Amino acid sequence: MSPMNEEHNNLLLKPNRAVGIVGYGAYVPQYRLPAAEVARIWTNGQAALPVKEKSVPGLDEDVATMSIEAARNAMKRAQISPEQLRAIWVGSESHPYAVKPTSTIVAEAIGAAPHIQAGDWEFACKAGTEAMVAAVAFVGSGMADYAMAIGMDTAQGRPGDALEYTAGAGGAAFIFGPAQFSLAIVEYTYSYVTDTPDFFRRQYQKYPEHAQRFTGDPAYFKHITHAAQTLMEASETKPSDYRYAVFHQPNLKFPQKVAAQLGFTREQIAPGLLVGEIGNTYAGAAIIGLTAILDIAEPGDRILVVSFGSGAGSDAFSIVVTEAIRERRNLAPKTKDYIARRVPIDYAQYVRQRGKLTMK
Amino acid sequence: MEVPRHWRLRKQRYGLVGEACPHCESKLFPPRDVCPECGKDAREPYQFSGRGEVYSFTTVYEPPTGFEEYAPYTVALVKLEEGPMVTAQLTDVNSKDVKIGMPVEMVTRKIRTDGDERGMIIYGYKFRPVLQKS
Repeated sequence: MSPMNEEHNNLLLKPNRAVGIVGYGAYVPQYRLPAAEVARIWTNGQAALPVKEKSVPGLDEDVATMSIEAARNAMKRAQISPEQLRAIWVGSESHPYAVKPTSTIVAEAIGAAPHIQAGDWEFACKAGTEAMVAAVAFVGSGMADYAMAIGMDTAQGRPGDALEYTAGAGGAAFIFGPAQFSLAIVEYTYSYVTDTPDFFRRQYQKYPEHAQRFTGDPAYFKHITHAAQTLMEASETKPSDYRYAVFHQPNLKFPQKVAAQLGFTREQIAPGLLVGEIGNTYAGAAIIGLTAILDIAEPGDRILVVSFGSGAGSDAFSIVVTEAIRERRNLAPKTKDYIARRVPIDYAQYVRQRGKLTMK
Repeated sequence: MEVPRHWRLRKQRYGLVGEACPHCESKLFPPRDVCPECGKDAREPYQFSGRGEVYSFTTVYEPPTGFEEYAPYTVALVKLEEGPMVTAQLTDVNSKDVKIGMPVEMVTRKIRTDGDERGMIIYGYKFRPVLQKS
């Protein structure tokens, strides 16, 4: 190993005992707002559309209810009892309460309370993967046998803003446990973080602010590229060592461009690239792509996952699928089942469902 | 504000947790500690599967206080596969597509908020058409 690699190798996060994913579950609400509807209202239909359509939560859905369904799907695949879980962590930028954890609602609903860690995580679109790295460590240290991390959002976009075309709803839950019971093993993770104010929402504000093109090069591309390249250099792997890759997907263009720059092919990213059909699910975006990949992956396949959260940072994971995937993936609905459950709505219905009408 | 009442009911409301009678094996929902079938003590918590079918239904256009923002919505009597009948809202379904005998599954959703936007969010069971699996 060269000195460069040795130095980088120390940057990899690797648990003391081997850890993997024992269960996973996705959730996407059934409503879809075509991007053409947003363009119809705000640009006379003249805008370039960043996605085909985005998912929209129903009137009775929020990050708590969506997390509960993803968590139940993950539990079905994990085949463990709720009391075996020692942590439930929910990452989101649309927690239903400003003060009061979402995670306790999820824990209570799936029967995992009260002997459990619970907490809500916040790091824009990488809140979910931040919780996943912590869950790997929680199990990897031996403090717990099973820990659940969720990334879920009902993303906000100002009416007429570029983000309104893409700000979707959905996400995924992952249960981490000992490698020998896993359907995919987490080889190592690496995180890359700087203070970059590309996108933020201040206290009491309904909609986030973003710095237009600044969200590209110094934010999305820089962090994802550094995270992916450092992980690959330190682990002496190259893009061809991965069967699949999934990157944070705020629109169709960014993940395809960063994948090509890093040397990944369209075939490697196609199964996890869901943004065109469900929009940007923020804290759920990279990891719901991972669920779609796990739904089709074969034992031995290696998967690279790289999230991006504004503010800004990226978490990279190298994951290898095991034999257990074959039977476990059929124990809960697949991600494509949720994507196929599609009820298109118009802009008026969207405005009602997202609470953009002032009633008093 | 009725926080204590909602807190007391959270297990049955979030997860459809009832009771099983250790004497005659009846399943009880809601939990009531006395078996309606044999009259004996029944305090064993029981997690219902959430699967059932629509026994009857109606659509509410004039909702009671607290439910205005969701109207119109469909309320059904759902016969659970373990036996009990529960009253619950249906969700993710157009009222004109609801049929007697339609298979449904439990999901946990927002029921309403307690008072205005400052009040607690009340979550609980609803039923939706069974998700089509590939």
